[in-house]
Amino acid sequence: MSVRRLDPHAERARRNRLHPRHHEFARPAWRWTSADGVTRINPHALGAIGPNGLKRIDRSGAAVEASPVGGASTSAEPARRQVVIDQPEGHVVVVPELPEGRLNDHDRDLFGLARQLADGHDLAVTAVTFLNGVSGFEDAGADRVVDLSAMVTEGYDPETRLAALVDVEAALSPRHWIFADSLPDGGDLGRRLAARLLPQGASQGANASVGDARPATRVWQLSEGQTLSRAGDRQDILRDVARVLLALPECAEPVSETRHEARVIELATMGGELSSAANEVAASGVIDRGRVAVDPQEIPLAQAPFILSAGRGIGDWEGYHHAARVLGASEGASRVAVDDGYMPRSRQVGATGTFVTASCYVAVGISGAVQHLQGIAKCQRVIAINNDPSCDMVKRADLALIADGDAVLAAVCERLGQPRDQTGSDGSWTDEESRHAAA
Amino acid sequence: MPQPDPQAAAGTPHDVKTAVLVSSGRHPVSGRAGRAREDARAVEMGLSLVGADLSLVHAGDPEQASLRESLEGYLGMYHGLDGGRPGDERDGQLSLLPLRAGEDAVPLLAAWLERSGVRLALTGQRAECGEGSGMVGYLLAERLGWAIATGVAAIERCDAESVTVLQALPQGQRRRLEIRLPCLIAVDAVAEAPRQSAFGPARRGRIETVDDLLPADESRLDTGSAGWQWQPARARPKRLKVVKSTNARDRFKAAAAKSSASGGQVLTDLSPEEAAEKLIDYLRAEKILAQDDQ
Repeated sequence: MSVRRLDPHAERARRNRLHPRHHEFARPAWRWTSADGVTRINPHALGAIGPNGLKRIDRSGAAVEASPVGGASTSAEPARRQVVIDQPEGHVVVVPELPEGRLNDHDRDLFGLARQLADGHDLAVTAVTFLNGVSGFEDAGADRVVDLSAMVTEGYDPETRLAALVDVEAALSPRHWIFADSLPDGGDLGRRLAARLLPQGASQGANASVGDARPATRVWQLSEGQTLSRAGDRQDILRDVARVLLALPECAEPVSETRHEARVIELATMGGELSSAANEVAASGVIDRGRVAVDPQEIPLAQAPFILSAGRGIGDWEGYHHAARVLGASEGASRVAVDDGYMPRSRQVGATGTFVTASCYVAVGISGAVQHLQGIAKCQRVIAINNDPSCDMVKRADLALIADGDAVLAAVCERLGQPRDQTGSDGSWTDEESRHAAA
Repeated sequence: MPQPDPQAAAGTPHDVKTAVLVSSGRHPVSGRAGRAREDARAVEMGLSLVGADLSLVHAGDPEQASLRESLEGYLGMYHGLDGGRPGDERDGQLSLLPLRAGEDAVPLLAAWLERSGVRLALTGQRAECGEGSGMVGYLLAERLGWAIATGVAAIERCDAESVTVLQALPQGQRRRLEIRLPCLIAVDAVAEAPRQSAFGPARRGRIETVDDLLPADESRLDTGSAGWQWQPARARPKRLKVVKSTNARDRFKAAAAKSSASGGQVLTDLSPEEAAEKLIDYLRAEKILAQDDQ
C-alpha cells in the first residue's frame, strides 16, 4: 500500500515557472503521444472547473470556456424528422382551443396525446380549427388540418360548431376525438359532441361498445392502452381509451422530435353525407350578445389580466389610483404599501398575498423582494418603473424604465388625454376611500 | 364580480318553473358530506330568481347514510325570502328519485323534468362525488332537446321566452348570452356565494320520494362503466424541463447555466415624458391598450 506524500520541493518547482527544473515537475498535458507512438490520456489532468465549482469533463471536443455561459449561446434545437402519412387507416381528431388565434401549451399537449394514440396504428392526427390562418400545426404534430372557419361565425356559437363537428364525424368517422377539458370552451364543445354521439338509450343497452362511447373527462395520463381520468372525491378511473377524450393540461409530452405535414383536407372529398349546418342554426338556443365590460377593480386579483402595482416608491397615491383608472388596470400593491395603510390587504401581491397570473404586470416603485417575485412568477410580461437601476425587479422585468414613478404615471395620464384634475381631488378621494372599503 | 341586482332579477315573472338539480357534495379537506359547492351556488341563484317557488331534485340512493345530511344542507337555504317577513317563509321541498348503486340517473331526471313542467333547470358544472364528468346536464339537454349553457356567473333577466345570463370567461371576463327556454344552466364557481344553511329550515324542509317515474320492468343499469377500475387519486407528476439537443456540450451548458432572467430591456436617463411614451408604446404593441385610446 503506497502512501501519497507531498514533495515540497517539487511543489515549489511546479508553481515557479522560472525554476530551472520547472519542466520536470510541470503538470503534463492530459493527452500526449508516448515514445512508442501510443496516445496516452491522463484522466486526472482532464476537464475544467465548472460554474458550480465542480470539476466537469467536456467530451464534445469544443474548447473549454472558463466563464459560465448564459442560456443565450445555446444552439438551436436539433432538426426534426419529417413524418408523412399518405394513406392513413383512420383519424385521431384534435380540436385545439386556439386562444388569441395561437396554439397554446395545452393544445400542444393534446397533440402529444393524439400522437401517442396514432403512432404505431397508422392513424393520422387531424386538427380541426374554427379559425383561419393558424400556423404551427406542423411542429405541433398534425398530419391533416380541417378548416371549418367557413361553417361557423365569430363569437360563441356552440350549436353551429357542434353541427360542424358532426359533419366531421360523418366524413372521417375518427377513432378518437380529443378536446381540451377547459370550461367554457373546449370542455363544453366536447361534452356536447359526446352527448350527441352517444346513441339514445345506449347506457341501458347490452351493447359491448357502449363503454367506449362514454367520454373520458379530465384525462391526465395515457399508459398501455388505458387512460387515467380524474373523478370526484379523490379518485382516479382507469379505463380503456374512450372515443371522446377531454384532457387536462400536461396530459402528454408535446411533440418535439418530428415534423408533420399538416395537409389541409376538404370534408366534401372525404365522402360521407354532410348534413346541412344551416338547418341547425335556425333553432339556435344560445345567442351570443357580446362581451360585457367588467370593472377591473372587481376582478379577483388572482385572475386579473392587467395589473398596475404600487410599492414604497409611490408618493402620490391619488395620482396612482387615477392612473390605474385611466389605463384600465387592476390595482395591486407590495407588502410595504399595504403595511403602511395605503392599500387594502386584499390587494397585496406576493407569496404572503395573492399569486397573480396577469399577462401584463406593471410594477411602479417596487424593488422586488423575493416574496413579491414569487407572486408574479406566472406573469407573462413585467414592466418595472423604478429609480434604482440595480434592484431585483429591474432584473426580472422585460422592460425597465429608470425614472420616478409618480412623475411617469402623471405623464402617462397626460399623454392619454386624461390628466388628473387637481382641484377636484377632494371629491375623488372620498370616492377612493369608499371603493377601497368595498374591495 | 359584477352581480346584477337581485331585486331587478326578482321582478321576473314567476310562471317560469325553475328547479335545481342538486348532488351530494364532499368537503375538500375533511371529506364530510354536505352541499356541493357549485350546486349550492345554483340554489342561491334560483332562490334569488324565483324565491321559495324553487324546487329541488336529487337522484340518489335513499339508503345511503349521509344522504339526508347533504340534502338538508340545500333545504336549509330557504330563509330570508319573500321580503324576509317571518310569517311568509315557506319551507323547501325536494324530490328524491330513488336510485340504487350502478343505475343511470339521466332517464329518471329527464322523466321528472318532463312531468313537472320545469322550464329552467339549474345545476353545478360537475359533481364532487362519483365520476364527476359533468356530462349529466349535456345528456339531459340532448335527450330533452333543451338548450344548455355552461359556466354561468349570473342571471340578468328571465322572461317567458328566454333567459339572459352572464357567462364567466378566463381572466375575470364576462360574456352575455341569451338562451331560449326551456334550458339547462350549469353554474360556475364564480357565481354569487351561497347563503348559509340554517338548521330550522333544514329540519322543516320536506323530502318527497318519487318512485313511479319509469316503468318498473325497465332496466336502468348503467353498463357503460362496467370495465372501469377505480383507484385513489395519484399526484400528477411535475413536468421536468428537458433541454433537447443532440450535443452533450449544449445540454451541459443549459443544465449548468444559472436560471437568471434573460435580461430585459433597461432604459435609463429618461425624462418622465419619455418614460411615459415608452410605456404607452409598449402597452400598445402588446395590445393591452387600444390603439385609438386618445
